[in-house]
Amino acid sequence: MSFYIDPHIHMISRTTDDYQRMAYAQCAAVSEPAFWAGFDRGTAAGFHDYFRSLTDFEPRRAAQFHIRHYCWLCINAKEAENVTLSREVIAMIPEFLHMPNVLGIGEIGLNKNTRNEATVFQEHLDLAAKTDELILIHTPHLEDKYKGTRMIVDMLKNDPRVKPHRVCIDHVEEHTVRLALDGGFWCGMTLYPTTKCTPARAVDIIEMVGTDRIMANSAGDWGKSDPLAVPEFIQEMKRRGHSEADIRKVVYDNPLAFWRQANNWKEWPPEPSRNGTATPQTAKAGY
Amino acid sequence: MPLKKRSLTRATYPLATMTPLPAARALDQYFLDARSRLLDVAAILDRVGRGGGAEATVADPRMTRIRAAIEILLGDNPNRAEQIQKLFSLEYDAGWVRPQPRL
Repeated sequence: MSFYIDPHIHMISRTTDDYQRMAYAQCAAVSEPAFWAGFDRGTAAGFHDYFRSLTDFEPRRAAQFHIRHYCWLCINAKEAENVTLSREVIAMIPEFLHMPNVLGIGEIGLNKNTRNEATVFQEHLDLAAKTDELILIHTPHLEDKYKGTRMIVDMLKNDPRVKPHRVCIDHVEEHTVRLALDGGFWCGMTLYPTTKCTPARAVDIIEMVGTDRIMANSAGDWGKSDPLAVPEFIQEMKRRGHSEADIRKVVYDNPLAFWRQANNWKEWPPEPSRNGTATPQTAKAGY
Repeated sequence: MPLKKRSLTRATYPLATMTPLPAARALDQYFLDARSRLLDVAAILDRVGRGGGAEATVADPRMTRIRAAIEILLGDNPNRAEQIQKLFSLEYDAGWVRPQPRL
């Protein structure tokens, strides 16, 4: 089996055993967006501690298994109803943007598509524009997804500072994938039970839109979810007879190409090839 | 009851950019998955129907949507999944008031 990347997984909610199993399955790297903890945090200090965990503790925990850990910082859409708290958190984020595993601002987005959520989303875009950060976007769940994705694309297109090739719109499904791709954005398909995509439907989407600017992730978190969902997606691609090159592009090359644009990006050391010479484009693990 | 014949050829899927499984192989590989999930839907509808007050659920908008989704399954369009996604989606209002960037 070849290496893969899970570009969206909330390892803070997962056990160390999950890191081990992901390493067994050849996970080379993960990125962990800041998200909702399952309850609304009461203070900006709570987020400060969370960001310390994302930028310090988790990379060290992942490194034990030779998995590279990257992260994204923001206050998520569910807590964005509290605009005052959101502004305090947004003001604190620059303190962490220089940390070596930070890829950019995310996962920002909408949840119930409210005015406050849109305000805080736009203020995250304002923050990202200051230092030209990469942006990772959460799109809403279930009946809110289509409307919310349209609203998000409206805001992105309304902001002349936004560079579509530096934005990834996540959790796309059959009815939203083209909204992202047609706008020139990257996109992510989330393999998550009940509320998002199954591996089979994700492969259907790939068969319909191709392999450019698209990736797959597990969004593994504290809910019922599977940190090995990307390997399951790989198996589904193989079951349908898709080539190793197409599989690798979606689960490794694409997330890596998107991440490589990050301001803090440091190239990975070359991966030894089978004949003992270094290959320039690939790498597997560890800072 | 005999199934109505349908013309599901490759030409029905003009947007496909990668080579999908040949139809016969796809049917071989996914028939049991489809059977299982149809049974799940049937069992859910039976479960709702067995419960007290089942009559009141007939007009529930969620039941209406489930029935509409089943109608989509019976159609010939190649994008049934996308149609069902949109059926279960809220309306988008293009005139919504956007926050403005601080340029």
